[in-house]
Amino acid sequence: MLSQKTKDTLLGPLNVNNPVVVQILGICSALAVTVQLKPALVMGIAVTIIVAMANVIVSLIRNTIPMRVRIIVQLVVVAALVTLVSEVLKAFAYDVAMQLSVYLGLIITNCILMGRLEAFAMTNKPWDSFLDGLGNGLGYAMILIIVAFFRELLGAGQLMGFQVIPQGFYNFGYENNGMMLMPAMALILVGCVIWAHRAYNDKEGK
Amino acid sequence: MKLNTNSNIYTIVYSAIVVVIVAVVLALANQVLKPLQEKNEQLDKQKQVLGALKVEYGTQDPAVVYTSIVAAGDTILVCKPNTTDTLEVYKAKLEDGSIKYVLPLSGKGLWGGIGGYLALNEDKNTIYGVNFNHEGETPGLGAKIVEMEFREKFEKKHIRNAEGEVVSVAVLKKGKKAEGKQKVDAISGATITSEGVSKMLENNLAEYAEFLKVVPAADPDDEEVEPNKTEEE
Repeated sequence: MLSQKTKDTLLGPLNVNNPVVVQILGICSALAVTVQLKPALVMGIAVTIIVAMANVIVSLIRNTIPMRVRIIVQLVVVAALVTLVSEVLKAFAYDVAMQLSVYLGLIITNCILMGRLEAFAMTNKPWDSFLDGLGNGLGYAMILIIVAFFRELLGAGQLMGFQVIPQGFYNFGYENNGMMLMPAMALILVGCVIWAHRAYNDKEGK
Repeated sequence: MKLNTNSNIYTIVYSAIVVVIVAVVLALANQVLKPLQEKNEQLDKQKQVLGALKVEYGTQDPAVVYTSIVAAGDTILVCKPNTTDTLEVYKAKLEDGSIKYVLPLSGKGLWGGIGGYLALNEDKNTIYGVNFNHEGETPGLGAKIVEMEFREKFEKKHIRNAEGEVVSVAVLKKGKKAEGKQKVDAISGATITSEGVSKMLENNLAEYAEFLKVVPAADPDDEEVEPNKTEEE
């Protein structure tokens, strides 16, 4: 259905060219929002939507952008989109907007956005740029969800806010690992994900 | 004719146009969405007051429940000490007929503002319920102040000491003792947010001094609260 090239554009960022574990972008927000699964999930979706939309817009106007101010123009596009999304959320999904609070604004500073705009959208057609944005957003969301899964499970014994580790474990002396709630542990977990990812891909000979 | 996209004039005109377009789009979105957002904020506030009063509204419209419990005329205005600002206190009448006072709170957490509502019994001493909110405390740590597990620890605590002075309630690490006041266990791992809650209660209760000064008489018919006299020991 899709040609090999478009397939690579969409699926590459999920594995061999993952923005977080290969390009090491967007680490700061990956540490901040991964204490629980729910904000990580919403953040992943928000970034996916915004990076895809920003990619399309920048790709549409790429031939008109003056080279010397291109970064500023990209930044304005991203900032406008983030503000728009936050306004719409406040009007139609107030609870979600409150939960994301500061992180929503932090999307502007997510390096993945600027990275994709500069590296891809500036030189490619809108449809390809859309797929690239989608792929990178999902690749980012995937890592966030993996890290958040372990942090919430081991740090609070919960998933999506529901208790999954039965009370019986605690009666036997099991304790939640408070370290998991600290940002430092998120960095170590991201490191572990990178390790597993590299080991797997090396074996595959990629 | 092909435009030279690298010329100075083009760059300046282009930037100006982009900024104007973005400004118009954002201003338009803000104007269109503002009524909806304000309605949401209002509704959120009412839900939080209901939360502090521990009123379950289930599938009912929270706005309707709110109006039935906190009638429009029942907002008491209190002067902030040494200023002309006024603070609001909501007087609520629950289904069982008991009167509660709801005091809005605001303070500082670790990353940003925290706030909440404190519901007091008619004696202006016993805490009936609390509700907290925050702008961006750490999920899983400071953000736990919104959870029932933390909030219900405040219930039935007294904000006055044995002499009747308003001393607030301290939020302290498990095992630590509060001097001359009652305490609530802090959230482990969220020391600064817990301290913030403690300070918020103390500072805000001090601001409501005028309202809290007058202890209502034991006579249940005497509902009128005159904020200006009596109670000199």
